[in-house]
Amino acid sequence: MSAPSSLFFLSILPSLHHFSLLLHFFTFPPFCLSIHPFLSVSLPPTDSSDSDLELSTVRHQPEGLDQLQAQTKFTRKELQSLYRGFKNECPSGLVDEETFKSIYSQFFPQGDATTYAHFLFNAFDMDRNGSIRFEDFVIGLSVLLRGSVTEKLNWAFNLYDINKDGYITKEEMLAIMKSIYDMMGRYTYPCVRDEAPSEHVDKFFQKMDRNRDGVVTIEEFIETCQKDENIMNSMQLFENVI
Amino acid sequence: MATGVAAWLPFARAAAIGWMPVANCPMPIAPRDNSKKQDELIILNVSGRRFQTWRTTLDRYPDTLLGSSEKDFFYNEEIKEYFFDRDPDAFRSILNFYRTGKLHYPRHECISAYDEELTFFGIIPEIIGDCCYEEYKDRKRENLERLQDDQEENMDLKMPNMNFRETMWRAFENPHTSTMALVFYYVTGFFIAVSVITNVVETVPCGATANQKDMPCGERYTVAFFCMDTACVMIFTVEYLLRLFAAPSRYRFMRSVMSIIDVVAILPYYIGLVMTNNEDVSGAFVTLRVFRVFRIFKFSRHSQGLRILGYTLKSCASELGFLLFSLTMAIIIFATVMFYAEKGSSSSKFTSIPASFWYTIVTMTTLGYGDMVPKTIAGKIFGSICSLSGVLVIALPVPVIVSNFSRIYHQNQRADKRRAQKVQKARLARIRIAKSGSANAFLQSKRNGLLNELLELTGTEEDEQKLTQKSISLLESQHHHLLHCLEKTTAHEFVDEQIYEQNCLETALQTYPSRSPSVSSHDSSTRTCCSRKRKRNVPLPNTSLPTTHSTHQGPLQELSAIHIQCGDPLSHTASRSNLNLKTDESSRINCKSGRITTAIISLPTPPALTPDGDGLHGPPQRRPPQPPSHPPPLSIQTTTSSAGANIVKVSAL
Repeated sequence: MSAPSSLFFLSILPSLHHFSLLLHFFTFPPFCLSIHPFLSVSLPPTDSSDSDLELSTVRHQPEGLDQLQAQTKFTRKELQSLYRGFKNECPSGLVDEETFKSIYSQFFPQGDATTYAHFLFNAFDMDRNGSIRFEDFVIGLSVLLRGSVTEKLNWAFNLYDINKDGYITKEEMLAIMKSIYDMMGRYTYPCVRDEAPSEHVDKFFQKMDRNRDGVVTIEEFIETCQKDENIMNSMQLFENVI
Repeated sequence: MATGVAAWLPFARAAAIGWMPVANCPMPIAPRDNSKKQDELIILNVSGRRFQTWRTTLDRYPDTLLGSSEKDFFYNEEIKEYFFDRDPDAFRSILNFYRTGKLHYPRHECISAYDEELTFFGIIPEIIGDCCYEEYKDRKRENLERLQDDQEENMDLKMPNMNFRETMWRAFENPHTSTMALVFYYVTGFFIAVSVITNVVETVPCGATANQKDMPCGERYTVAFFCMDTACVMIFTVEYLLRLFAAPSRYRFMRSVMSIIDVVAILPYYIGLVMTNNEDVSGAFVTLRVFRVFRIFKFSRHSQGLRILGYTLKSCASELGFLLFSLTMAIIIFATVMFYAEKGSSSSKFTSIPASFWYTIVTMTTLGYGDMVPKTIAGKIFGSICSLSGVLVIALPVPVIVSNFSRIYHQNQRADKRRAQKVQKARLARIRIAKSGSANAFLQSKRNGLLNELLELTGTEEDEQKLTQKSISLLESQHHHLLHCLEKTTAHEFVDEQIYEQNCLETALQTYPSRSPSVSSHDSSTRTCCSRKRKRNVPLPNTSLPTTHSTHQGPLQELSAIHIQCGDPLSHTASRSNLNLKTDESSRINCKSGRITTAIISLPTPPALTPDGDGLHGPPQRRPPQPPSHPPPLSIQTTTSSAGANIVKVSAL
């Protein structure tokens, strides 16, 4: 039963290929058109065995350059070079969590960056669909690099607030802190003790939690950070990264 | 850091903003990107074919020709292109390496031509991706072996320095080397043949004489055969003893298969000599004569094909074992079935199950002697099933054995497995080095960074200029800045594995005669990394070290140590820390109540001027050229007994 349908598929495949080539020439955005949506639309999927023949790579094509320019604070050239780098690592246009973790881990060879990468991934993946598109990537970067200090602090708060309920609890902060210390790895001076993350969390809460209610709200966070000179200086550190 | 993800470095750095609210210290300053020029297209003209790529693509690998300023030598002003007079086809894969981070080996390319291209462009072949690495290594090995074979054929002259023993061994192993060896080879071959034929002819019945019945020749012409046997055995013995004498490793020779065959071939004769002609042992004596047939195996020294066959059987041991096992299973099953099927019929030959084994074997191997045949209908049915299944069971493992034989024949015993293991080990080592390389690069740059700072502080500008390292690429400096920020956030520092272990193992505190207590003791350890920055400036101008310390290679404890009164038994003395400057403060020790009473004395002699920092064990003793007016400058001792040795500049990192 599946044999005739597969034969059918195979017989029209060459002609579809030519179709897609024609289409390719008629579209001129800088991002190439994928033939996959075209193919999958025109073929009637008959049985489940055809799913083997369906081209199963998911792909994503970002919005146009103009829309992205409007949404972010990057110039056209910067967006172009960002996309080139992004697409080089992820040709399909989407970053899933595993790829993200492996890319991020390469910057920290001595420690284990996967937990922190997980939190970062959730912070970037705004619509929580399990993969980062180029728009998420570039919007996040725009906040981090070109945003105002308040926006950056907002972003940091969002990162720490794992369940996105508006409060940073001690457990959430401890998880984040542990993941940061994990990135240091084993060979550190002085040795990372087991209590080091929780001590650090206590210090953090001492500083940030004004009303001593055990959680840090966004207002407390921003207010405290704005008063701290070190933090304000460090926020400007990466202005000229791109 | 794999340069393939260099494009994500800005992202990683931007994401570092997430650490900032958590950190308690100020962050280090970011490296300035002075070359703010826009990314431009470069044209690479390789023998007329133009390749274009972005400049930043090429800059990813600053150790190679295209990534460094070396390509400026090839820049042609008139056409404004970089011209290379090389093979454009091979250049494709090289340029793809820059683009994708993976080097592929094109199979149609000649291995030595490809190697030359890689060397020209400064790319080391170890970076070849996993998909192509085995192929590359195989081809390279084949090429090497081909060259070696050619060399060996030209090298049949006797080497002047071989002693008699080595000559003899060589003569035994390669009969073509000299005439004597060839003669010896043929003589032994002849005698093996004679011996075997004698054994065979011995048993043929010679004609009957008048008064004696027909008897085998062996008994008729006993003396003649005995003389022949003796002669053969003497030759074999002499040969064995000569080989034993000439063998480079006698123990190994005695264990080898060929020598065991030799021994087994000549032993029966001697045992027969020793034993008396007793009736009881004559049976055993006859059995021993059977072993004389093993002399035929001595021919395997003379025949390559025989050796290959033997090797095949050895390597197919598992398939043979499987064949045997499945046959046994089938035999037992069918024998049982046949026995019970034929039980009913009278005068059946199938008297027991073991008796049916014979029938089953003969049927399954399609021999069909006919001495045992089933008579009942059920027996005939099962008998036919038995013969059909026999064909299948035997036919299945045989192709495997055949293919094994052909494989070995083609490879001709080139000991592939041993080489594959070496390749595997080399690759694992390469991957390990690659992983540790990037971490070590960071630590190395930290040392160099502190060195430069220190030189700035002591104001020796000339020295500073002389000691300035080759500038690491912007990418690397940005990556190191990122790691530095992480260190600041967590108030811990990255160290080498060895240093870490030294720190953790040391429980004894080192006391140190204070030479210049420039840092007064501090009570609390509440100050963290921040205090270090401020205090770094303090000890140096005050201390005035005698310069003889520079020649100390000895125990490093003398040179820098902290006297710490601390209740914590696990405190680190940091006496061998590779950044000695940092040992001066109380803060970073995990003491509950630390008191530092002496400062460190830092040691002179900066590391070697090569950027790889490959001063290996112990502090390098080179001193910087000093202007005579200045006091001897202090510089950092770098304990480069650490993994500085292992920095392999793999371009991919």
